[in-house]
Amino acid sequence: MPLSTSSNFARPDDAFRAIVEAHRGLTDEQSADFDAALVLILANHIGDIDVLRDALVLAKRRMIDGQQQQQQQQQ
Amino acid sequence: MAGANTHQAKTQFGYRRHADQDRPGQSPAEYPVVVVGAGPVGLSLAIDLAQRGQRVVLLDDADRIGEGSRAICFSKRSLEYWDRLGVADRMVDKGVVWSVGRIFHGESQLYQFNLLPEDGHKRPAFINLQQYYAEAYLVDRISDLPAIDLRWRNKVTAVEQRNDSVALTIETPEGAYRLHAQYVVACDGARSSLRQMVGAEFAGQVFEDQFLIADVKMTAEFPTERWFWFDPPFHAGRSALLHRQPDDVWRIDLQLNRYADPTVEKKPENVRPRIARMLGHDKFEFEWISLYKFQCRRMDRFIHGRVIFAGDSAHQVSPFGARGANSGLEDAENLSWKLDRVLRGTSPASLLESYHVERSGAADENIRESTRSTDFMAPNSHQEARLRQAVLALAKETEFGKRMVNGGRLSVPCSYDSPLSSRDADAWRSGPSPGCSMLDAPVATRAGEQAYLTDAFRKDGTDFTLLSFSNGAPVDVPGGVKDIRIGGEGGLADSLGLIAKRYDAEPGSAYLLRPDGYVAARFRHPTREAIAAALSRAAGLN
Repeated sequence: MPLSTSSNFARPDDAFRAIVEAHRGLTDEQSADFDAALVLILANHIGDIDVLRDALVLAKRRMIDGQQQQQQQQQ
Repeated sequence: MAGANTHQAKTQFGYRRHADQDRPGQSPAEYPVVVVGAGPVGLSLAIDLAQRGQRVVLLDDADRIGEGSRAICFSKRSLEYWDRLGVADRMVDKGVVWSVGRIFHGESQLYQFNLLPEDGHKRPAFINLQQYYAEAYLVDRISDLPAIDLRWRNKVTAVEQRNDSVALTIETPEGAYRLHAQYVVACDGARSSLRQMVGAEFAGQVFEDQFLIADVKMTAEFPTERWFWFDPPFHAGRSALLHRQPDDVWRIDLQLNRYADPTVEKKPENVRPRIARMLGHDKFEFEWISLYKFQCRRMDRFIHGRVIFAGDSAHQVSPFGARGANSGLEDAENLSWKLDRVLRGTSPASLLESYHVERSGAADENIRESTRSTDFMAPNSHQEARLRQAVLALAKETEFGKRMVNGGRLSVPCSYDSPLSSRDADAWRSGPSPGCSMLDAPVATRAGEQAYLTDAFRKDGTDFTLLSFSNGAPVDVPGGVKDIRIGGEGGLADSLGLIAKRYDAEPGSAYLLRPDGYVAARFRHPTREAIAAALSRAAGLN
């Protein structure tokens, strides 16, 4: 899989924090707009369709897993 | 729609009784090929087949050309094909030549593109020409070709597939008659009746958004460019297109909402204020108004027994990308040489299967491209709209954003993943690979006259042709293959050095071109055996 899932940031907390802070004070609608632009910018920077496709698959799989977990917890 | 259909009966043709109609029903006349539908595709196919020496009967259920401009953008590839059919000069002389497009968002320009940024091509990126002119010029050309028998008001009402032929029942103003043909080519358009007669499905995607086409006549100072707007001030929240045609006619295409009532929207008194807002004045007259929805769909198989489908009868795309008529013309040029060889017995009937493989692959590509454009113009969900908004916003300051804005990706020749191609055995850095269309370039004749490679190909008869780059040694060309030599004694001169560059050629390199101008194989060190093997493969002989 060409997508790197090992930890690439020297300080991962900084990266996470930077994204979280960018969303501070935004409505859900604004956050969604922001994310759309951010995804496109990062996708272009990666510039590799195979990596992008792998990332899409991983993101979708996590989402499905997450939903199943939620459903199980509700039961 | 008063005053809006001035071109309705641009040219009218009389029905003429043919001697075939007097034959007894048990022994109908027999022809090698009958083409059904005298639109741009059927007319071009008939001319191509006739130029290759076939007798063609061309049937059309109407008796006139007309009813609006319809297709207006004809591609370089189509013009190169029409060159071979002897009609391109007239098309280009009458047409409006263009290569630049601009994309606007709101009031400001996002970017512009040039579809043919380099010199040294005989034909421009595109011309705009009303379909009725294109058809009229093709019909004129047919009158020079006695091998084509064009019969107006001849409507096919039944198709019967037999082992060795197709039996057609044809309705005329004087009653029905029958014809037998070895092959029938159905170029009878998106609502093809032959497709229904063979029982084929035509499945695909229907787009809910409605678009309004208005061809208006006015004198205007807009440049000869394709202008496309997202969310323009004169048509908030939707898209718009402005494009010039000959005779001071302008194509305007406005996106409407999904729930607009077609009969209301089409009324000139409702269209007029919209266009006046766009143009900033109302000094224009309507030539044609049409409201449409897209369908993107294709037949599963383009060949049903001895009935072969070409153009809109086989595939339909959305109009943003000029992929309708142009892909139909590519169908015609792909099919005609194959059908000619099969009818002559120089290739087996299985060669025709490559028509289905190549052109259905092309249809898939055209559908994919035009679906993407349509989805960009008319997003299907809030999130799609959000992503599009992000692209449009990023396009203002980033190059990648500009490149993602999709206001229509205009038709370019498809490259075929084809059983007729021989894979590269040598290393090539660039140039058209097997399955790609030949590229044009300037050449100089021995007499020193400037010409083009596409001219040389056309003059050689559009047959299998070896394009070779001289290294001083003679090339051993197999029999039946035409020969275009660049450089060396008696060859054409690469006067500007552009052919060698465009073909990544070194002295000794050679390309084997198919009769439709596609590359079948290429060689750094051609041998007679290698060329013969590639030829055999490209002719469907193994």
